[in-house]
Formats: sequence, C-alpha cells, structure tokens
Amino acid sequence: MPFRLRVDGLGASRGEDPIFRAVCLVLDAGDALLVTGRNGTGKSTFLRTLAGLHPADSGTILLEGAADPTAPVRESLHYLGHRNAMKRDLTVAENLVFWSRFSSRSGDTDPTVPPEAALETVGLGGLGHLPFGYLSAGQQRRAALARLLVAHRPVWLLDEPTAALDTASERMVEALIAGHRAAGGIVIAATHQALDVPGAQTLTMSGFAVPA
Amino acid sequence: MMALYLRDLKLATRAGGGALTGILFFLAVVAVVPFGLGPDLKLLARVGPAMLWIGALLASLLGLDRLFQAEREDGALDVMLMQETPLVLVVFVKCLAHWTASGLPLVLISPLLGLFLNMEPAAILATMLTLLAGTPAITLIGAMGAAVAVALPRGGLLVSILVLPLVVPVLIFGVSAAYAAVEDPAPFLPPFLILIAISLFFAVIGPAAAAVALRASSE
Repeated sequence: MPFRLRVDGLGASRGEDPIFRAVCLVLDAGDALLVTGRNGTGKSTFLRTLAGLHPADSGTILLEGAADPTAPVRESLHYLGHRNAMKRDLTVAENLVFWSRFSSRSGDTDPTVPPEAALETVGLGGLGHLPFGYLSAGQQRRAALARLLVAHRPVWLLDEPTAALDTASERMVEALIAGHRAAGGIVIAATHQALDVPGAQTLTMSGFAVPA
Repeated sequence: MMALYLRDLKLATRAGGGALTGILFFLAVVAVVPFGLGPDLKLLARVGPAMLWIGALLASLLGLDRLFQAEREDGALDVMLMQETPLVLVVFVKCLAHWTASGLPLVLISPLLGLFLNMEPAAILATMLTLLAGTPAITLIGAMGAAVAVALPRGGLLVSILVLPLVVPVLIFGVSAAYAAVEDPAPFLPPFLILIAISLFFAVIGPAAAAVALRASSE
C-alpha cells in the first residue's frame, strides 16, 4: 500500500512565542528528512509537535495509506527524544522486553526484531544482563536506539540520535536509518552532526526568536 | 498491560524502589504511639484502629509523587502517551502495581502492628478488612495529585496536600467501620459499603482525571 506522511501548514508556539509557522512536507515511503538549525530554533519542538506531544497551533498531520485511517498519527510513530525512556534499575534486556510488549499493537503483522537481536544490531550484544544505569552514555543511547527495532512503527522521529555516540556508532545509526527506509519506513531526524542520509530532504529551522 | 504491571513491581522492589519505605514508616508511626500515650492498655485498644488507619494513610501518601514523575524524567512518559493503549488504562495499571507494591504490604503487616496496640482479634480483623478496601482508594486519589504535580521537581509535599481533603472521607469511613466491628450498637456494614463505594468511584474517576492531567503536562 502506498504510504505517505503529509504535513500541511503546521505551526506551533511555546507560550506566546511562535516557534515555526506553515511547515509543509510530503514524505513518501522510504523518504527521510533531516531537520537542522541552530540551538533553540525549534527542532525538538517540531518533532514533539509531529509526535502529538506538543500542541499544534495550526495545520494538519496526515498519514495516508495507514492500516487504520481513524487511528491518531502518533500511534504510527516512534519518538526517540533527548531522554532514553529506559529505567536505570532494570537490565537492558528487561527494558527492551518491556517496550516490545508494551508497544506491540493488536493485529500487528509487521516484522519486529527480538530484543537480543536488536541489541546485537546496535553493538550491545552480550550486555543485556547489565542494569541500564551501568552503561556509558553512548551505550545507553545505543540501547535506546534498539527500542526502535523491537516494535514496528512506520515513521521514526529521532531527536539528536547520535548524541554521545562515537564515529563508529554514527555509522551504525546511518545503517539503521537506511535499513528502515529500505523496508519502506520514513525517518525524520533532527541533528547537528553530519549524518550521511542519501537522498534526504532537509528542513532548516530558522526560528522566530533567534535572528538568523 | 501485564508487562507494565510486572515492570512496575520489579522497579518497586529493586534498590531505590521505595516499596519498603512505606512499610518502615508505618511501622515507625505505630510503634511510637504506645510510648507517646503511655502504658494504658484500654486507651491503646480504643485508639488502635484509628492509629493504624492514620499510619497507613500517611505511609501510602509517601511514595505517590514518584508515580509518574520518574516516568517523565527518563522520557518513558512521552512514549506511553503515544501508544494505542489508552492512557487511562496505563494509569490504572500503574496504580494497581503501586498498590500491590506499597499498599498491600501495609494491609498485611497491620495485624502485627495491631498487637502492639493491644487490639482484640475482632478489631484487628476489622481494621485489616477496612484497610484492604480503603487503601486502593488512597492510591487512586493520589494518582490524580501525582499527575497534576508531575512537572514540578519537588512536588512531593504538594501532592500530599492536594489529595489530603479527598482522602479524608476514606479515613472517616474506614475508621468508623473498624470501630463498628467492636462497639455493639453501631452497624459494621453501612460504613464498610460506603468505603468500598469510594474505592470503586475513584477507580473510575482517578485514572481518567490523571490521564487528562498527564496529557496537559506533556506540552
């Protein structure tokens, strides 16, 4: 089924200050979008607005060709924010098993990766038994990326996915993004690092509050 | 949903989980009462049910503020807000897990503490029964306060103050049912049934109100 994310005239504010206005986008299956811009220009707010975590002032977000057209768009998204959404006191494997069960949707037929295999993919194979809090910042970020694999969502929203990652792990993130796009997914990433995402559209946030 | 329940139970029993804090606080409150009131056994037996209830009430308010705050701090709340699973259900399951980890142990330990207070077996049994019916209401009411104060870094005291007026009826009917079991003219069943009704009422209202507050706080 052709699959398309359409954003029309999206705008959002923080308090009184408008952050962005009239953002229009069309992303087809397999497309990617890199959101760039200086600090404080609203990259994170843009992603949170798409995820339904921040109220939009105007505009619409539509997912055409979704399995259930009446379901809110947010249910088809994976959001990886600044924070990793993992419990320090649970082991890495326990965290991932929880998210894979919690995020699995009724009638899901899309393939998902078992937690152990997802940990192998992000280069944490054999570390599943460690409490999440024992890992280094970069390892924690990689474990958080593994969450994207254990439950299938067609659209990924990644906020600084490579924060705290070394160069080798940045290549791993690029491979993850490429793999998701090859499988017909859409990736929207906000980043400062030069991520190599071939054929990606870019959206440069200029911000209203910060002079360009 | 079972996954969420089991995860929250695991978190509560691991280091820093706080399941034990409530029990120790309950123990401390009830254990000092005989020292404060003096060795008057009759007086102790008479205030026993009330002391157990006040101790259990304060102990259950203790860990409530962390119910959603911990989820918000590590970003898990954002992910929970985006799921197909209704947020109301998520809140309800979290309350259930919180009650199992910190409310149920209070109920189970209350007979032992009843002995400290020279309570008769009938009074101990009645207090335990009323605590079993009433502590879920405290957790469910507390969830509303915890959700409202989720964005405040030091919301603990605020949560207790916010929910205190709402839990007072629970205390009143819990204690009066416990007394009715030992004092002859008063009937046990009416206050006990009202107590159960309060718990059921907040089982519906609490998660719904908390879910609304959590959605509003994510901005």
